[in-house]
Amino acid sequence: MNLEGLEMVAVLVVLALFVKVLEQFGLFEPVSLEDSVEDEFELSTVCHRPEGLEQLQEQTKFTRKELQVLYRGFKNECPSGIVNEENFKQIYSQFFPQGDSSTYATFLFNAFDTNHDGSVSFEDFVAGLSVILRGTIDDRLNWAFNLYDLNKDGFITKEEMLDIMKSIYDMMGKYTYPALREEAPREHVESFFQKMDRNKDGVVTIEEFIESCQKDENIMRSMQLFDNVI
Amino acid sequence: MAAGVATWLPFARAAAVGWLPLAQQPLPAAPQGCEARSDEVLVVNVSGRRFQTWKNTLDRYPDTLLGSSEKEFFFDPDSGEYFFDRDPDLFRHVLNFYRTGRLHCPRQECIQAFDEELAFYGIVPELIGDCCLEEYRDRKKENAERLAEDEEAELGGPGGAGADWALPPGSPFRQRLWRAFENPHTSTMALVFYYVTGFFIAVSVIANVVETIPCAAGGRAGWQEEPCGDRFPLAFFCMDTACVLIFTGEYLLRLFAAPSRGRFLRSVMSLIDAVAILPYYIGLFVPKNDDLSGAFVTLRVFRVFRIFKFSRHSQGLRILGYTLKSCASELGFLLFSLTMAIIIFATVMFYAEKGTSKTNFTSIPAAFWYTIVTMTTLGYGDMVPSTIAGKIFGSICSLSGVLVIALPVPVIVSNFSRIYHQNQRADKRRAQQKVRLARIRMAKSGTTTAFLQYKRNRGLEVGLCPGPALSTRSRSAFEQQHHHLLHCLEKTTSHEFTDESTFSEALGVISLGGRTSRSTSVSSQAVIGTSARASGLISSCCPRQSKQRRAIRLANSTASVSRGSMQELDTLAGHRSPGPQSRASLNAKTHDSLTLNCDSQDLVAAIISIPTPPANTPDESRPHSPASDSGEGPGRPSGGSSSSNRGALRNSSLGPSYLLHNTVKISSL
Repeated sequence: MNLEGLEMVAVLVVLALFVKVLEQFGLFEPVSLEDSVEDEFELSTVCHRPEGLEQLQEQTKFTRKELQVLYRGFKNECPSGIVNEENFKQIYSQFFPQGDSSTYATFLFNAFDTNHDGSVSFEDFVAGLSVILRGTIDDRLNWAFNLYDLNKDGFITKEEMLDIMKSIYDMMGKYTYPALREEAPREHVESFFQKMDRNKDGVVTIEEFIESCQKDENIMRSMQLFDNVI
Repeated sequence: MAAGVATWLPFARAAAVGWLPLAQQPLPAAPQGCEARSDEVLVVNVSGRRFQTWKNTLDRYPDTLLGSSEKEFFFDPDSGEYFFDRDPDLFRHVLNFYRTGRLHCPRQECIQAFDEELAFYGIVPELIGDCCLEEYRDRKKENAERLAEDEEAELGGPGGAGADWALPPGSPFRQRLWRAFENPHTSTMALVFYYVTGFFIAVSVIANVVETIPCAAGGRAGWQEEPCGDRFPLAFFCMDTACVLIFTGEYLLRLFAAPSRGRFLRSVMSLIDAVAILPYYIGLFVPKNDDLSGAFVTLRVFRVFRIFKFSRHSQGLRILGYTLKSCASELGFLLFSLTMAIIIFATVMFYAEKGTSKTNFTSIPAAFWYTIVTMTTLGYGDMVPSTIAGKIFGSICSLSGVLVIALPVPVIVSNFSRIYHQNQRADKRRAQQKVRLARIRMAKSGTTTAFLQYKRNRGLEVGLCPGPALSTRSRSAFEQQHHHLLHCLEKTTSHEFTDESTFSEALGVISLGGRTSRSTSVSSQAVIGTSARASGLISSCCPRQSKQRRAIRLANSTASVSRGSMQELDTLAGHRSPGPQSRASLNAKTHDSLTLNCDSQDLVAAIISIPTPPANTPDESRPHSPASDSGEGPGRPSGGSSSSNRGALRNSSLGPSYLLHNTVKISSL
């Protein structure tokens, strides 16, 4: 018989449906790549355990009890023992609902993640906190410098500073008084560099930074803020 | 804020060191008052079960009871724990909320109870986690619906088939009429009307149907048969007129009686009524010329809507209608998908059959008919594909039709079943309503009884009644204080507490001589049934009181206290206790009458059981019986407080026969 035009189409359609039905019933296994199945089981069972309490005590300046409290809170929030960048950003954004804190959170994350493996474990966490809360003024300033130095090359350039400044201003959000102007971050960066950059070479080194900060009374006084956070 | 936030706050504050060097203004000082952050384990004792948790955990949610200083109110310094007298099982969930930050809803607990616990601990139910939120909301809604149903039924909801109570006698005719319409069971007239209208609806519908049957035109076999309607026009016209008159009358009456005319006019039933009778009137006023008679004939179609009037008479029909309404979205979906499928298949079939000569599939809309007939598996066979492709697609069409139609049906069925069961439940509940309410009223009046009894006793004491072992039964401290309070109120307002029946008695009773009743025992109160029955009995021995009796009978609704009655009778039985003058002159009347003719003293303990109206089962179960044990036999001068408990039938002649047919105990006289 002559199959013309539409009849041909009809027959093809029926054949295709037939194949599909067989497939559905599992009688007909087409040759397909079976990789997809394994993707389901992500390695989400990573569980990181921190070093013992004593070692942490030696490494940081927290007391045993403080470490216990810290760890309990940490473990409650992150049962897997580590914080990745997404979580970190989410946590931080809860404190600044009006603005966008994701960029600054990224910078913070990089500052805490000292071994740059993409996750912050309890040790990193506690180490960072120890420096900030129990360290000397110099330690804290060091830490801050580390935060600003995005590429960790020992110098803060104007671009890096601008990024940081913008991220901080982003956290403020839209509704501020007086209204935020476009040039505010840039101006702030200029004034910062004027204060910090001694040799006017366009970058700030760690020594310049520490020196300038020590000369600034405001900064010195404000450092006391962190003495009793925990 | 979530639990996590509280944990991370110190970290966020620490991270602020990054802003320090950049700050152009001096940063503010840190808040003081950071208590020693020594974390300790708190013990929370909930009804004996001890829960222990870190203080920090509880501090995560400072705006709840456990997280704030409110919990200090529950602190027991002796044991050093926080004691809550609440449900320990539900507390588990509350505490888990603090621990994990997610509030879960227990499946097997009552939603109401859970809500109450949450309210107590200051947790907003909206915090329930997503996993349990759906179910919580569903159950809550179901509960609310049920409660609303209950309330509506109790109050006799607006126009609903609510309580079948008799309206207060003073209510306007209009209201009574409306009630008669809505609840045909309330009066015989209403019932008669109900059946009559039902009958006429049936007659009307049948007449409409029979009108079109071809009647053999007399004698002219072979001649064209004409429909009966044309053969007996007058008869049918008369029948139609009669029906329409009745329907019109009913409609107008309903309109008159409706509490809210606007709402009535907009309601579905009234629209159906209107549509049912309009064609007739239009037919009357339209002149019989040929142009319009065609339209008029069409109008007659609407007469068939009279059959919907049956839905007032049939609950099942109403349920069906309600189901369809509530399944509107599923039906809509069904319709939509069917339409889509029809269009697709019709197009395909048309193009498949286009080539054939003498085909039925002349256009796509023509093919619609084929598609519909095939999808619903009717298969009339008036349109049949002849090409192979047409046949293939035709078979696919019929197979898919079955599936598409079968899908929404279970949804509709389950909806129907749910609504039907709901209705059944409502009916059952309504039927048990009376008994339930009666029992509740009994329990409530128990307290009043106690108080009134107390008054009686006190009165007797005041009267220097030398009766030993007075009925000062040991009342709990709570009761004592409560009664004292009620007493104070009485003194303040210079009014006294009585009970329902006495009150209604007072309304309709002629006053007898104002003989002061000696025994305050006849305190009106608890005697609802008693006085009624007593008066009932009185009639036997005191004929002139029969008038009273009827009035009192009415008042005897829920015989609260058969026990009470006991007491009363006891006292009536003739305690000539020189008690203080009766405070309640009302009762004095009955009492007097009683004591007048009825020689109480030596009443034989005969058993008379008068079939009283279905009083509620005697309060053997009543927990609150004022258990005064003094009730002695008649000879005792003690102001007859009675032995309620023993439910003794003292003077049977006065004997309260509240006992339905049995349990007539005779106490030893």
